[in-house]
Amino acid sequence: MHDRTKAPLACDFLHLRLRSPLVLASGIIGTSPTLLARAARSGAGMVTAKSCGPTPRAGHPNPVALDWGGGLINAIGLTNPGAEHEAALLAEAKRLLEPLGVPLVASIFAGTVAEFGQVAAVVAQAQPDLIEVNISCPNVGDEFGTPFAGLPESAAAVTDAVRRALASLPQPPPVSVKLAPNVPDIARIARAVAEAGADAITAVNTMPGMVIDAEAARPVLANRVGGISGPALKPVALRAVYEIAQAVDLPIIGTGGVLTGVDAAEMLMAGATVVGVGSAVWYRGVEAFAQINAELQQFMAAQGYGSVAELRGLALPPAARERRCAHV
Amino acid sequence: MSEALAGLHRPYRVASIRLENAATRTLVLDRSLAADPGQFVMAWLPDVGEKPFSLAGADPVCLTVAAVGPFSRALHTLAVGDRIWLRGPLGRGFAPPSPAGHALLVGGGYGVAPLRFLAERLLAAGWHVSAIVGARRAADLLLVEALAALGVRLWLTTEDGSVGLRGLATDAFDAALTAAPEARTTVFACGPVGMLAAVAALCRTRGLPVQLAWEAHMRCAVGLCGSCEVGAGWLTCLDGPVFPCDPTVALPMG
Ligand SMILES: Cc1cc2nc3c(=O)[nH]c(=O)nc-3n(C[C@H](O)[C@H](O)[C@H](O)COP(=O)(O)OP(=O)(O)OC[C@H]3O[C@@H](n4cnc5c(N)ncnc54)[C@H](O)[C@@H]3O)c2cc1C
Ligand SMILES: Cc1cc2nc3c(=O)[nH]c(=O)nc-3n(C[C@H](O)[C@H](O)[C@H](O)COP(=O)(O)O)c2cc1C
Repeated sequence: MHDRTKAPLACDFLHLRLRSPLVLASGIIGTSPTLLARAARSGAGMVTAKSCGPTPRAGHPNPVALDWGGGLINAIGLTNPGAEHEAALLAEAKRLLEPLGVPLVASIFAGTVAEFGQVAAVVAQAQPDLIEVNISCPNVGDEFGTPFAGLPESAAAVTDAVRRALASLPQPPPVSVKLAPNVPDIARIARAVAEAGADAITAVNTMPGMVIDAEAARPVLANRVGGISGPALKPVALRAVYEIAQAVDLPIIGTGGVLTGVDAAEMLMAGATVVGVGSAVWYRGVEAFAQINAELQQFMAAQGYGSVAELRGLALPPAARERRCAHV
Repeated sequence: MSEALAGLHRPYRVASIRLENAATRTLVLDRSLAADPGQFVMAWLPDVGEKPFSLAGADPVCLTVAAVGPFSRALHTLAVGDRIWLRGPLGRGFAPPSPAGHALLVGGGYGVAPLRFLAERLLAAGWHVSAIVGARRAADLLLVEALAALGVRLWLTTEDGSVGLRGLATDAFDAALTAAPEARTTVFACGPVGMLAAVAALCRTRGLPVQLAWEAHMRCAVGLCGSCEVGAGWLTCLDGPVFPCDPTVALPMG
């Protein structure tokens, strides 16, 4: 009890002990070791690097992102230095993060099921604490076809390929699979990746969307379509997490539209184990993590919650709530 | 609502065009924007692209553009009445301390663009303003008459010696400081990164406060994509573009 009041935000995620449930989401300032360390210093309990693929990608031309009023839209286009170079960056990031006590998540994407396994094996050399498998980026559809997150079969095939590629390692890192919100039944996808051996689920990635400038009579993004994040995504994300939490017994990184401590509490109540934070960095600066931590702690104190674990799943139906508390 | 819409592009029309030198022109737009000197906008031409430009004026909005590549050349093809879309103002601009004192502005190349805007604000706030304007050759100097007309005390430098002191902008530094009308000088600089680093080093050894308008490759301009990182984790679009020291050597994270 004493420990809890001193550090009420400390919480468990898989085998990891986090000092805060806030997780820097992939693709937000996770492009360098120094920026990952900055998010950690600002108060993130765990940080996720930008997704990397098999080979370097420049990404899409400008405009790549903007704040359209109800949220953000982006089509960065998975800019990354390729898996080999990324592994070196991740190793350096780990070195900077270790003294801060903040675990590192590597994020990977690929164009084929087999390539997912190859990229996972390469980034695993840097010994990240978790590998997040991004099967849900909406911004590269032209090259890669429907995101793998669209069907239970393809989502499971990628999960399985990554598990197999890591199995031969002496200490394989756990794997979280990142799901897309724009599917008819996200619970089905969650069950499929759970059966294929995922250790956790990250939900959700951005929602495909478009912003048109009426005077220009053009979509604003050079890629024309992009992913919606920020406030507009929050209700979508809450619902997705709520469905997944009832479908599987895996821990969930609940992500989408969390800007404040109360938003984070809502995400935990929907069934998230920890809470991803991305767009908040635009709305509140990199200091967002410190602010959200303080607000969450304040909310918990005011409402009489002693730990993050007490919030988990509170908004689920009673039966699911009890099951979730017992398992995750 | 206007706050929430700060991130959307808004269309402006070109109201007039000033030719500044052979390669540089100022687009004077048809409306104003509440902004500080040193802040920037993302200028979008549909089907062409989007790039960052310092505000060379806010009332009305002015952009001073050097034609150096595809996008800046496209901006040079705009005629009076044509549209240009801007999102912003973005980033942190110059923040003159109080009370007012002596401001030494240092500008190289098109870096002079925001300094005229800054000089206007400083003079209105009671500052004494001097400026060093540097360029490669006399023909590349920018906004010299405009600054002189404001009453700014000017030092010119050219690398070939065709006008003013032969050398770099930093070579006029001590002369400008010696002639300063008062002891409390704050240095404001904008220009190529090499010049900014040299100005920062001079200010460090002389114990002068400095504000530097940095540049980096900008993409999202909303602090998320990481492409404008400078030094150990600084985001030029959110933390800058104006920094209180050289962000590549100082500003250790707390
Ligand atoms: C915060 C910020 C503020 C800026 N403000 C201004 C401004 O007020 N006015 C302005 O003209 N530009 C400004 N720029 C630069 C501008 O965004 C573009 O980079 C520039 O217009 C070149 O784009 P381009 O597509 O025409 O050429 P690119 O193909 O991008 O560049 C062509 C070549 O010119 C070089 N180059 C880029 N900019 C310059 C330059 N200004 N002088 C000489 N060489 C250059 C490039 O390195 C490249 O080799 C600013 C940039 C930033 C980050
Ligand atoms: C600019 C930007 C880039 C992103 N890049 C990635 C990425 O590379 N990989 C990934 O899995 N998700 C990426 N995302 C999605 C985020 O990780 C997150 O799932 C989403 O933005 C929802 O959270 P938010 O509302 O807190 O931003 C990106 C989002 C944004 C806004």
